[in-house]
Amino acid sequence: MSTKKQVVTIKGTKDGLTLHIDDTCSFHDVLFELDRKISGNYVDEDQPMITVNIQLGNRYLDEDQKEELREVIRRHNKLVIDEIHSNVITKDEAHEWEVDRAVNPIFKVIRSGQVLEVRGDLLLVGDVNPGGKIVATGNIYVMGNLRGIAHAGVNGNTKAVIAASYMKPNQLRIADLLSRSPDYDEAEGAYMECGYVDDKEEKIIIDRLQLLTQKRPELAGVERSMLNG
Amino acid sequence: MGESIVITSGKGGVGKTTTTANLGTALALMGKKVCLVDTDIGLRNLDVVMGLENRIIYDIVDVIQERCRLKQALIKDKRFEDLSLLPAAQTSDKSDLTPEGMVTIVQELKQDYDYILIDCPAGIEQGYKNAVAGADKAIVVTTPEKSSVRDADRIIGLLEQEDVEPPRLIVNRIRNHMVQNGDMLDVDEIVTILSIDLLGIVADDDEVIKASNHGEPVAFQPNTKAALAYRNISRRILGESVPLLSLEENKSFVSKVKRFFGIRS
Repeated sequence: MSTKKQVVTIKGTKDGLTLHIDDTCSFHDVLFELDRKISGNYVDEDQPMITVNIQLGNRYLDEDQKEELREVIRRHNKLVIDEIHSNVITKDEAHEWEVDRAVNPIFKVIRSGQVLEVRGDLLLVGDVNPGGKIVATGNIYVMGNLRGIAHAGVNGNTKAVIAASYMKPNQLRIADLLSRSPDYDEAEGAYMECGYVDDKEEKIIIDRLQLLTQKRPELAGVERSMLNG
Repeated sequence: MGESIVITSGKGGVGKTTTTANLGTALALMGKKVCLVDTDIGLRNLDVVMGLENRIIYDIVDVIQERCRLKQALIKDKRFEDLSLLPAAQTSDKSDLTPEGMVTIVQELKQDYDYILIDCPAGIEQGYKNAVAGADKAIVVTTPEKSSVRDADRIIGLLEQEDVEPPRLIVNRIRNHMVQNGDMLDVDEIVTILSIDLLGIVADDDEVIKASNHGEPVAFQPNTKAALAYRNISRRILGESVPLLSLEENKSFVSKVKRFFGIRS
């Protein structure tokens, strides 16, 4: 066995190609080797597109470097990059991740004209009055009266839910879906309810809070942390 | 050293000026030195309600622009030695008044008066900011209507960002028969939504309008229910250092008013 490891190892899988890139050599070497390796492989024009996964091991690449890497691969026909995997992330990214999955407890009454925005989940101890608005990238839990607007999963997370002790909102929004209360004031509001997106109907359903454990079992478990990650 | 209280509502026409005039009168009746400050530049009313319109020589903008001293602009009430009014300007622009100017004026008034009641203009723009600038405390006036409660909610939110104590609420113009029929929001509902302390409630009363038109605040009248309500509120303002008592009084006051209605209906 040679002591010098291959800089780029190409493996074929049923999903396409996986490029294992050695994490001890310089980035310059990687680009050079990669270019050389793929150029060597002749690709037939009639072949379908091949997806490429890149495994970086313990190497960290910033966005510019990733773009350079993509550029090298794009230069060759028939190759499409699916994902770039790396075992390492920066402290900043880890911190972002942490922020996204954190529950933010806030003790406040959100009044008309006020907007409360948080990253991650929002636990509001207090009311949201008509005309007030709460926004979270994750789930929203209101211990109080929800009479205003609540927008959960604002970055497009349709798995997000909105739960409230008393539910009589102006509007509920989850990701890019919206539901509003009926025009006729027949609905008196209800205690202990939750809103979630029904996968089949693609609209927001409002139901008893107790059903949440069935609809979103992941909320209670450890997997919760993986929701946004 | 006195304290300054801003009386505000967000929405127009809910009775800020009437409340200011009557609370001022009621406090003066109890022997306090009171100064009323009208900050509604261009649409002044407080002088009319107090019946002091003819006596205005200088106004608040004159004070700010140093055309006169503060003492010269103050108008002594015709009934009380201890009640004064600092009128708003009618011809100037809102921008002539500044928050800094208000702070200076209120600070100066605090030396001589026990209570400075600041009548705030409707809206949440410059006029509101001026009025709130000099205030230590705030009273929010609302009527039992949805739009007015909504605006009160907005203004409470804005007051929370200011350097004032948590505002207290006056629910004005309650018509008991409409509340009983469910056509009007009831006081409990309003307090639940706004979630601030209730300072008092005032029933809708023709006497208030009559009295305003005569330039004589209703609080003077010995037996009108609105007068009683205003006097109770001012008592609550005075007795505020004993919070439990004020709550007791609050309850008894509500039952008092209920009894009032009970007799009538």
